[in-house]
Amino acid sequence: MVDDLYQEIILDHSRSPRNCHPMEDATSKVEGYNPLCGDKLRLYLKMRGDVVEDASFVGSGCAISTASASLMTEAMKGKSRSEALKLMERFHELVTTDTAAAHDLGKLVVFCGVRDYPARVKCATLAWHTLKSALTNETEETVSTE
Amino acid sequence: MSTLTSAVQAGFDVEKVRADFPVLKQKVHGKPLIYLDSAATAQKPFAVVEAIRRFHEVDCANIHRGVHELSQRSTAAYEETRGKVKKFLNSRSKNELIFVRGTTEGINLVASTWGRKNVHEGDEIIISALEHHSNIVPWQMLCEEKNARLRVIPMNDRGELILEEYEKLLNPRTRMVAFAHVSNALGTITPARQIIEMAHRAGALTLVDGAQATPHMKVDVQALDADFYTFSGHKVFGPTGIGILYGKTKLLNAMPPYQGGGDMIKVVTFEKTTYNDLPYKFEAGTPNIAGGIGLGAALDYIHAIGLDKIAAYEHDLLQYGTEALTRIPGLRLIGTARDKAAVLSFVIEGIHPHDIGTLLDRQGIAVRTGHHCAQPVMDWFQVPATTRASLAFYNTAAEIDALAAGLQKVKEVFS
Repeated sequence: MVDDLYQEIILDHSRSPRNCHPMEDATSKVEGYNPLCGDKLRLYLKMRGDVVEDASFVGSGCAISTASASLMTEAMKGKSRSEALKLMERFHELVTTDTAAAHDLGKLVVFCGVRDYPARVKCATLAWHTLKSALTNETEETVSTE
Repeated sequence: MSTLTSAVQAGFDVEKVRADFPVLKQKVHGKPLIYLDSAATAQKPFAVVEAIRRFHEVDCANIHRGVHELSQRSTAAYEETRGKVKKFLNSRSKNELIFVRGTTEGINLVASTWGRKNVHEGDEIIISALEHHSNIVPWQMLCEEKNARLRVIPMNDRGELILEEYEKLLNPRTRMVAFAHVSNALGTITPARQIIEMAHRAGALTLVDGAQATPHMKVDVQALDADFYTFSGHKVFGPTGIGILYGKTKLLNAMPPYQGGGDMIKVVTFEKTTYNDLPYKFEAGTPNIAGGIGLGAALDYIHAIGLDKIAAYEHDLLQYGTEALTRIPGLRLIGTARDKAAVLSFVIEGIHPHDIGTLLDRQGIAVRTGHHCAQPVMDWFQVPATTRASLAFYNTAAEIDALAAGLQKVKEVFS
């Protein structure tokens, strides 16, 4: 019953999430929380100047939120701050609008099915909200999807 | 097996009942709808839909005001519901039944009127570990304002309240014991009569959150000796935005009003206002008239079937569901109280409830996932969320079978 939402890549990344570990030498560490479902995530970024050198996360969540964090941390490595924020906007369009173009999103395109499940958009975007907070103020704090 | 033999013997015809609920006759994602979310809101029989339509189409007017025909009709229909609630709860008088928006407002009304007047610094309010946020937060707010202390009756690993611990919490500073008659997250039926008796012995009052009890069992506020009892219309097959707060007359009379406005007054001058008598003293402004009329139709409907028959059928259905789910490897029921109503809350190892909810939805099965507005209950069981299938008398054993089969498919996706 693998369908438009639970595509194989999503299932794979939820079963064995990549970059799923704490990071000792992170330059920024931000907590994300979805009060609707109780999903929690801690995102670690290591910045070198303006570039994301490494990204990782720990947390508990559903398949969509775990796979999203996993694929996001993969996509972030080597991106500049502005590239990363632009990608975030593109991702947000992908999961919330019908018209988003898929190019330049790479593997993240597998999340296009989320747009048909408004109740699940927050699962897909939790990691990205957390990323935005980490990139814009590099302090320790908790961000919420609400 | 897809019929419950004892229910058939008892003369309860579930297919006949299902025909009364228009919403059940639809397909969702190409599959027949299986609605297992009645603890969130119950579906409405045609009689309720029709009563509300009729009010808007034929009798619509404001109540308690006009001398014209329509106003008299709408007033009569609205007030008639109070009489039906009197029978439903077995209260002494119609005047001790206050129309509110729902259980949440019922609790807030008591916390902010009785509470503000009677709870002082150092006093204590007792709630239970099972409570919905609506029976936690209003008391927390009151305690913060008054420097009073909120204490919590603990539960055991079945999700049953531990009365020995409750006994230890009671003391001369206890002003109120507020607790759920049935837990929305776990289905536990609490020993309400006993909890109330113990509170009274300690000189405390009681408020019972009846939101989850009223759809499933006969409630008798006099036999319980509850000081306050509150429930929501939409959980008893009526519309949203209407509910009832029952309170003993002498308590309601001694309480200050809740909101000020029209209908709750007798005489208003710029110097002084004389408040109206019960129940109107607590009913400021034009109420949810259509909701009140719809609630009346819902109570008629329940009465015609009979809560005894409903309770017996649901008991069998819950047992059938418990057995069916217990057979699924990796599934753990959350809440296994010996006295339980209509709720199957569970987790499946390695699969998040939200994924379960979405994949069941694809099969036409509506369940609730999340913390069910009872985060302390989730914390106690150390789960972030559960999947909850909640039952009503229009559900069938065949639907339980479909749920079990649906969960097997969910497991296959994530295997």
